[in-house]
Amino acid sequence: MGKYPIAEDELMTPGHLACQGCGATQAMRYALKALGQKTIVVMPACCWSVIDGPFPHTSLKVPIFHTAFETAGSVASGVKAGLEMRGDSETTVLAWAGDGGTFDIGLQALSGAAERNEDIVYCCYDNEAYMNTGIQRSSATPPGAWTTTTPRGDRKRRPKKKIIEILAAHGIPYIATASVAYPNDLIAKFQKAKGIRGTKFIHVFAPCPTGWKSAPELTVKLARLAVESRLFPLLEVENGHYKLNKDIPQKPVREYLSLQGRFSDMTEEEIQRLERDIDEFWQSLLIKENSGGLLPGITS
Amino acid sequence: MKIVIEGNHALSYGAKAANVDVVSAYPITPQTQVVEKLSEMCASGELDAKFIKVESEHSAMAAVVGASAAGARAFTATSSQGLLLMHEILHWAVGARLPIVLGNINRAVGPPWSIWTDQNDSLSQRDTGLLQYYCESNQEVFDTVLLAFKVSETVMLPTMIVLDAFFLSHTSEIVEVFGPEEGAKFLPPFKPVDYLTPDNPMAFGNLTSPDSYYELRYKINKDTLRALDVAKEADEEFEKIYGRSYGIIEEYRTEGADTILVTSGTVTSTARAVVDAWRDKGRKLGLLKMRLFRPFPIEDVRRVLGNRKKVVVIDRNIGFSIGGIWAQEVKAALWNMRKQIPIFGFIAGIGGRDITPDVINEILDIADRLEYPEEEVYWIGVKDGQISYSRR
Repeated sequence: MGKYPIAEDELMTPGHLACQGCGATQAMRYALKALGQKTIVVMPACCWSVIDGPFPHTSLKVPIFHTAFETAGSVASGVKAGLEMRGDSETTVLAWAGDGGTFDIGLQALSGAAERNEDIVYCCYDNEAYMNTGIQRSSATPPGAWTTTTPRGDRKRRPKKKIIEILAAHGIPYIATASVAYPNDLIAKFQKAKGIRGTKFIHVFAPCPTGWKSAPELTVKLARLAVESRLFPLLEVENGHYKLNKDIPQKPVREYLSLQGRFSDMTEEEIQRLERDIDEFWQSLLIKENSGGLLPGITS
Repeated sequence: MKIVIEGNHALSYGAKAANVDVVSAYPITPQTQVVEKLSEMCASGELDAKFIKVESEHSAMAAVVGASAAGARAFTATSSQGLLLMHEILHWAVGARLPIVLGNINRAVGPPWSIWTDQNDSLSQRDTGLLQYYCESNQEVFDTVLLAFKVSETVMLPTMIVLDAFFLSHTSEIVEVFGPEEGAKFLPPFKPVDYLTPDNPMAFGNLTSPDSYYELRYKINKDTLRALDVAKEADEEFEKIYGRSYGIIEEYRTEGADTILVTSGTVTSTARAVVDAWRDKGRKLGLLKMRLFRPFPIEDVRRVLGNRKKVVVIDRNIGFSIGGIWAQEVKAALWNMRKQIPIFGFIAGIGGRDITPDVINEILDIADRLEYPEEEVYWIGVKDGQISYSRR
């Protein structure tokens, strides 16, 4: 590391196949800067299955095992066990899944891995829909959003699944949210995760210009606005104890919504309801933080 | 050391003799004793392995895929619905060229629920690309675990070892077992050429174009065919070290036989006794025990069956509308010999119904009476009362 707080070594190369302004590529680049070269990536079906590049190319300088959609948690568990039996307890196993592979089809295997407290880092890079297949709704898609399966007249109504709460209920040692708009924070969280034994879950907000109908140059701005509007608060849950980042001044959610085509049909009433939901969610997080941990700590 | 163990424990002891590194499994009747014993072995340190206790068979198979990709020797076991849940990852293990060994206890598939034996669970995985061994005795089960790892690690394809529910899984027999030191004489430590390591970063299984996928499938087929010779050689080497061998098929009293009965699994033991009885009466009957299903030993099957007057196949499974799966394979194997040998396909014992000597005699009587089969498939022992009992 030189004069910058972020490692200069690049473990992700140019020439990958991501769309312009892809938040998921930024997430990977920063995550690997934090975890370093002794990392193995387990990659279920997601945008990154394509971004990585076609055979015989790869855009990462660390090993990748591509695997079936719902198996990030289970394959990562196996890789870790295999490495340990080969005498390598140092290498970090990074499960790298999208929101579909985490919130939906991979939730069971993730829950199993978390319940066993497997010594892995599980990162969900969340672009809030099935983007690789062409923008279909997932349980991470926010209310009010357009997708090809929540078209005009039938836009998403249900709230976004609260994945952090689900993981917190497993009693794993470390959970964090992070955003590509806050790289120092993101890198610090991955570094912290690397030093903890057990299951670490990091939820990274990763805008998708293609699916969100936003300008590619606005990716970082949108990611920042999501945090500032408290749609996506930055937080950590360590051994059941919530720690909320309250230093970021709140901004209205309207600017965030107005910069994306997917929210263009939202009515005034829907926006007001969203604002109420945001406030209630923030309050619920404050209560959790103040409670000193609603869940028993880790016993092992 | 000779001990009295059930078939399920023969799998566990086999995994121990193979010195597996990682086990991952999910419980299902009638497989549970396999993993209970392995859990005990791992807990006591008797076996130096990690046991990943997953939340489903899908994850069990995925976990051993991960472990094998990281260069570990990996084992799992399941049955019926569990195997079907693994299906997607069975394909993945084959495509990823991972030499995992899987024990499958043949159990009927629901609905309705049945815990009893038939082969539709394993045979319906025919085109996943897993190699498949069918076993007749607990000793064969134990020995086949070592043989399976040897073949798998040579051709880099996973293998399924199949045994009948209860008739083998829960039946105790005398088995000569040994530990990892003795096992290492035949099965050296697993040393894959490519595996997941930061020292040599590679991407495994990433996106291919039509320009490269085709050849990767061609190579799987080629190595599957190569597994026939590899399995024979492994069997010969096994015999030299331990004094036991099974072949990839077994001929029983086929010399001079006009009619050959074809069986797999525990039905074979009953069929041996029936063949003896027919031979005693001067009838020219022989038996072909099918041990390998994949790769299908086409040349051996042609050699044994190609010059007979009749072939009689007993299938404890059903390919709806077309008949038993072994019969279909035998027909396909013999067709290009242009011999027009009558092949009688019989369905029996599905859902664990007994295949007794009487059942086999009934089958042989039908085949004996006819010059050529009048039906594509004969269902033996169908009960009219049971047919009328349910509306569908």
